[in-house]
Amino acid sequence: MSTSIRIPTPLRKLTHGAEIVQADGANVGELLTSLDAKFPGLRERICDETGQVRRFVNVYLNDEDIRFLSEQATAVKTGDEISIVPAIAGG
Amino acid sequence: MSPRPNPYFTSLRCRECGRDYPKEAVHVCEYDFGPLEAAYDYEAIRPVLTRGEIESRPRTMWRYRELLPIDDEPTVGLQTGFTPLVPAPRLARRLGLTGDLFIKNDAVNYPTLSFKDRVVAVALSRARELGLETVACASTGNLANSVAANAASVGLKCFVFIPQDLERGKVVGSLIFGARVVGVRGPYDSVNRLCSEIAGKYGWGFVNVNLRPYYAEGSKTVGYEICEQLGWRAPQHTVICMASGSLLTKVHKAYTEFAKLGLIAPGTGRIHGAQAAGCGPISEAMKLGRETVKPVAKPNTIVKSLAIGTPADGYYAIRVMKETGGSAEAATDPEVIAGIELLAETTGIFAETAGGVTVACAKKLIASGAIPRDESVVLCITGNGLKTVEAVTDAVGEPEVIGGSLREFDEQILARGTGAAATV
Repeated sequence: MSTSIRIPTPLRKLTHGAEIVQADGANVGELLTSLDAKFPGLRERICDETGQVRRFVNVYLNDEDIRFLSEQATAVKTGDEISIVPAIAGG
Repeated sequence: MSPRPNPYFTSLRCRECGRDYPKEAVHVCEYDFGPLEAAYDYEAIRPVLTRGEIESRPRTMWRYRELLPIDDEPTVGLQTGFTPLVPAPRLARRLGLTGDLFIKNDAVNYPTLSFKDRVVAVALSRARELGLETVACASTGNLANSVAANAASVGLKCFVFIPQDLERGKVVGSLIFGARVVGVRGPYDSVNRLCSEIAGKYGWGFVNVNLRPYYAEGSKTVGYEICEQLGWRAPQHTVICMASGSLLTKVHKAYTEFAKLGLIAPGTGRIHGAQAAGCGPISEAMKLGRETVKPVAKPNTIVKSLAIGTPADGYYAIRVMKETGGSAEAATDPEVIAGIELLAETTGIFAETAGGVTVACAKKLIASGAIPRDESVVLCITGNGLKTVEAVTDAVGEPEVIGGSLREFDEQILARGTGAAATV
């Protein structure tokens, strides 16, 4: 099962400039693992040494922050879109 | 090429890992997504930026320009800042405070009546140095107003993105400048996310996305001015409203830098944070003793300017409050309205909803003993009440209407007494 993942600008060097990449997995954690196999080093940019999504990264499943869902255990299905977005300042 | 006026701004540096980056339109570390922050050569600044030198300069935020992250002379927002620090003895009495109380009144900042004029002056001056022609922002209103106005003043193309349900004053206050105003259905956090993606795709200068390291530093000038206006010292307590938490961390940075440069004695005083109860993730984490901020999915408060559910600087704001011995509070909507009224009736300052949060939370901090009654306090008022009149329209009521005759005035108005309307 393949899911589209939107890659933010700071990580596109690792995806050879690609803005959207495909990865396989039944949940967000598996997608990140699949992504790291394709683009080595990507996972450690998104997750800290304990495996948690870094403090300054937001990961969205469609329009919902995975922190409001089941974090990396959040299930994904065909057609879903994952976005990785750096946290930004107020306004 | 002649030497640039500001050789002191050296690089952008990751707050997490300390890696240095060139001074471009980048805002996060490629390795850990940590925010990039401007770095300075303080040793070189120290002999140059003396009290006397600062006092000799024009009364704007640019009198501290060595500590602001642009290379050349500023070109946007030249009149911004140096807003009044107003003694507030009548409010102090109402809050039960015997120490000195001051209002840092950015409700009269130039040109758009909020502290955001400071951050935009820096961000757009830098945007022009970087050759950007289109500027933009994600905003809860005040930032949109300031980006639109300042872009218009120098002919930059401008897009502002806001939640579509903002107060009318803030919407009109962006449209009037000819900016493209895009209302996004959803909370501010959705706007933020969209802007982050647009910035990546089109390379525009988003003041609070890819220009954030420059933008955020503008907030420090609030702290520099407070110290200078207090006679070169930091207050014992500073109360600051929090949306992303950025302003609070930058006021702390300002006090710390002034101490490092010998402009004030060491010590920053206690720094306290204020949020709305309907969107108070930083205050909640602080009260629970946690360092991690649990995002608020659906903010529910009249304080739209602070309604950021995923506060980017929440973690650092908590660290500042803990390090300085500060506290956090949250205010309900009725407390916010009462706070706006109390400030207005005792100081003559009409603050927007965020100011009501600051006053209401200060009241709680004094009542709880977090702020001892005999110590000095500065409340940071960040925006103007005329932009959020909806919030207090019901509370203030209507004028007393009469015909134009003296008889009606005598019989209908004076007959009710000569006290303030609120006491009638």
